[in-house]
Amino acid sequence: MSLETRPVTVNLGPQHPSTHGVFRMRVTFDGEEIIDVEPIFGYLHRGSEKLAEERTYSQIVTLTDRMDYVSSMLNNQAYILAVEKLCNIVPSPRGVWLRMIASELQRIASHFVATGFLLQDLGALGTPLIYCMRERENILDLFEMLCGARITNSYLRPGGVFMDAPDVFWPALSRSLGDIEKSIDEIEDYLSGNEIIFSRTKGTAVLSSESLVNASITGPMLRASGVDWDLRHRNPYDYYSEITFKRILHTASDNYARYWVRVQEMRESLKIISQCIKNIEPGPVRPSFDDVPRLVRPEPGDSYAAIEGSKGELGFYLVSDGGISPYRMHVRAPSLINLTLLREMLVGELFGDLFVIFGSVDLNMGEVDR
Amino acid sequence: MIGKGIPRGFIITLKNFFRTPVTVQYPDRKVSIFEYAKIKKKNIFKLFFSQPMLSLKISLGLISVPSSVEQSQRFRGNEFTFFEERCTACASCAKYCPLGIIEIVSVPGGFDAQEGESYKLDVFDIDIGRCMFCGLCVEACPYDALHMGTKFEKSTYVRDNLIITKEELAKSEKSPSSFYRPQFEKEKFDPFKDNIKDHYKAGRHEKPEYKDLKKKWVDDR
Repeated sequence: MSLETRPVTVNLGPQHPSTHGVFRMRVTFDGEEIIDVEPIFGYLHRGSEKLAEERTYSQIVTLTDRMDYVSSMLNNQAYILAVEKLCNIVPSPRGVWLRMIASELQRIASHFVATGFLLQDLGALGTPLIYCMRERENILDLFEMLCGARITNSYLRPGGVFMDAPDVFWPALSRSLGDIEKSIDEIEDYLSGNEIIFSRTKGTAVLSSESLVNASITGPMLRASGVDWDLRHRNPYDYYSEITFKRILHTASDNYARYWVRVQEMRESLKIISQCIKNIEPGPVRPSFDDVPRLVRPEPGDSYAAIEGSKGELGFYLVSDGGISPYRMHVRAPSLINLTLLREMLVGELFGDLFVIFGSVDLNMGEVDR
Repeated sequence: MIGKGIPRGFIITLKNFFRTPVTVQYPDRKVSIFEYAKIKKKNIFKLFFSQPMLSLKISLGLISVPSSVEQSQRFRGNEFTFFEERCTACASCAKYCPLGIIEIVSVPGGFDAQEGESYKLDVFDIDIGRCMFCGLCVEACPYDALHMGTKFEKSTYVRDNLIITKEELAKSEKSPSSFYRPQFEKEKFDPFKDNIKDHYKAGRHEKPEYKDLKKKWVDDR
């Protein structure tokens, strides 16, 4: 008598605690092995790009906060760079240094979230996630000092930031830098050498650097495969050309490499912040309202500005028809584009690794669906 | 070596065991009898002998005191602070609001204003049920009439109560945050301790001179 087996199709999500938001996958299993994946998204679609068409350039900053809600400062920075390019605004130096500090802090916070949730997906229930979230809380406190909000900051304005940092910010920042460095050491101490993490993440979801480049995947995922592509170095925006930092590369291109690149990037961000603190000079934080009015009215044309976000290349494309609001706004969302190879990553792996691989992409549903 | 990770993990756990907790108890927290006496400014022995039942309850952890969360001075809370006498009903805030939730109705006023024609405010409603506290209205206000508040505990059972009117704003306690108000930070105004009456003048930008206004709006055009 022969035993007949059939593939089973399972619907995962959209309301599933491990899908980092509302993401739906139709997965076909043969036993425990994944043989087919069909991602379905759009459950968090809020029409941000369409909403932007009836708001002025200053008001859209608040919309960009809500796209990738764990790295809102980086979203603000990308959008503001696009507006500055469109309107030919020369930003104030102090404002630029301040927004570089803010965005690097946000990158650390975002990588803490990515690391914590990767471990949560690995089955380390609670504790490592809470450790990571505790360190992120320091950074959110700094943001509250800067702009009065913790998550939806809207701190940046065309030409700089809306207000200078308060006096209490600088000592708190230098204290937090030490604390964060210590906590990264601690995370590395108990995670990077852990056998369980080694055996679960090494050698899973290996992608070749060719396929990654062909799918235009950017960010820590690409750097984990050995391709040296960092927009801060390749196409320096703001004052990144005046700053030296090490590009973190790994050659394995598996889940462990992606995790390792993120942890090492946090250290580099700390170095960038301390260089920014050295370079910052007193002065106005934004141009006067005579140069940059609150209601900017750019010439007809278009502009594209991209930054190295926490997830990859985050770009904003703006088309102006000469009015007070953009004719069209398009966002190059790294979370969405990094999902392109999800099928290649998952097919052939086991069910237990599904959410680990999914988490290693470090996606944010607010940005995927926009 | 296999098995090395387990003792290493326990060392981390042990380290965290002796750390001070980061959790903030809110809105109430349990106190020890020493702390309770300190808060109430009483001698601990006096407290123990005068109110033995209370002391016993405190020791058992049945009594809690209200506790607050540490906030920054720029905190964007959900209770706005509004000074009607400064408002010229220019409706900059309503125009600048990304969601259009500020409703302003103005009538021609008789009193003398700083510049141009003068208007009297009739209706000033903010629908904070839809507000996202971005603070753009506060940034737009040219005469510092509207400030973000530092309080965040305004909650109601009915959605209609979330529309705050001019009268409610006039009545509510004024604790403006220093969001987009650098003059507050210059004066070292602390919204959690100080009274706004002592710093009333700090809430206003400098009054523009007539000749500057004429140059800006008449001669340069």
